[in-house]
Amino acid sequence: MSSLLFDVPGPKARARHRIYTVITLVVIALLVAIVVRKLSAEGVLTSTVFNDTFTNSNVTYLFEGLVGTLKAAGVAILGALVLGMILATARLSDHAVVRIPARVLIELFRAIPLVLLMIFLFFTFRSVVGPFGAVVTALILYNGAVLAEVFRAGINAVQQGQSDAAYGIGMRKGQVMRLILMPQAVRFMLPAIISQCVIVLKDTSLGYVVVYGELVRHGRQVALFVSDGTILVYTTIALVFIIINYSLSKLAEFVERRLAARGSGAEVTKVSQVNVGDSQA
Amino acid sequence: MQVLIDNFGQIVDGFVKTLWLLLFSGVIAAFLGTFLVALRVSPVALMRGAGTSYINVVRNTPLLLILFLFRDAFPKLGFNYSIDNYFNFFFVAATVGLGLYAAAFVCEALRSGINSIPVGQAEAARAIGMTFSQTMAQIILPQAFRASIPPLVSTYIALAKNTSVALAIGVTEATFIMKKLTNDNAGDRWWIFVGFAGGYILIVWVIATIGTLLERRGARAG
Repeated sequence: MSSLLFDVPGPKARARHRIYTVITLVVIALLVAIVVRKLSAEGVLTSTVFNDTFTNSNVTYLFEGLVGTLKAAGVAILGALVLGMILATARLSDHAVVRIPARVLIELFRAIPLVLLMIFLFFTFRSVVGPFGAVVTALILYNGAVLAEVFRAGINAVQQGQSDAAYGIGMRKGQVMRLILMPQAVRFMLPAIISQCVIVLKDTSLGYVVVYGELVRHGRQVALFVSDGTILVYTTIALVFIIINYSLSKLAEFVERRLAARGSGAEVTKVSQVNVGDSQA
Repeated sequence: MQVLIDNFGQIVDGFVKTLWLLLFSGVIAAFLGTFLVALRVSPVALMRGAGTSYINVVRNTPLLLILFLFRDAFPKLGFNYSIDNYFNFFFVAATVGLGLYAAAFVCEALRSGINSIPVGQAEAARAIGMTFSQTMAQIILPQAFRASIPPLVSTYIALAKNTSVALAIGVTEATFIMKKLTNDNAGDRWWIFVGFAGGYILIVWVIATIGTLLERRGARAG
């Protein structure tokens, strides 16, 4: 197959690629060997360590952490969707009095580190919000601002003719937004919204700084408690996150392909490119 | 307001450390990211697989967990380096962790740049007899780099904000100082928040401006 960077390989190139494959294999094998040797030298690869680490109470505690993570992420994503929709509608308003503050808020919350926001909310409104409230509020503010831009791109991606036709048959502005633009925009945005869930899930871990009991906090407590199993605990938690988030990413790709097959590919791409930078927090 | 003036030296120290974190981890991310993208676009399936695995693992793991691995777990395996009292073990651990994390996103930014070039560009270059290195150096990479600038800027902005996570492993960067001041000065929490948020917004603005300038230069050259 000819690609952008390489022509179709001939016999010589194929032989060269075989050599590269072998070299890569050797390098990977070496790396794995070094890691395994290190780990076994420290005596952390034994079944005793495994059994000491994953006792019933530890596993229960980790599981409670996972529940805390999922709870915060679930509430945050729902709240962020609502806030995002409000901010996007305001941002698209015809009135500068509404449009400009919305824009300032969106830019502001996207530029402030989430940790900073959480610490501020936690200390300033401690009696009202508590750790859970601080985590969820910060996540809602940040992701709401990100999703607002996604919503805006989604609404802008709906063909001009759709709103023209809606106005043409006598609909009012609110009706056009609610009945014509939003339903189509949400479809285009679905992949971007699912990708945002991955970020929210990862970011709940920042609740660590305001003592919210989520998976990473509970994990660290167990990890430091069992000492020999530290790496084991962290690897397990990483695996849990990777499995959940990888599945979500695959789901987003699947939805994107489905929409592309139905002829909404260009719009979906346009929307997905909006939050490219914010998918890294 | 007074609290910001009284502790001005401390605040500046915090942001200086934030910038050091950003600089060092940014350089690590740039080099490792470039290496990873070379793996990801290579014609050898195994190399592509290795690159993709790295991306999928790192991108789906919380940054904080990576930092805790460096803080709590790797010292037991002998990863326990420090440069001096200022760039201490916590700083090195945070820098390496941030660098490894951001590298995955640098790689994806560069890859999106390469993917944005139409295949016809390379085919035309090969058709007029350019060699592989000529095609790369004169046709593909200049265009790819220009197309990568916007996502790269986003990546470095995200990295600048992510340096704040280092407070959780005891690096005395800006957010660490902010937490301390917030704790000690109950009456001035709004001012402290506004001051520190302003500092981060300034950093983000500088990176964004550098990106705009680079893009404009690229546009002229093209």
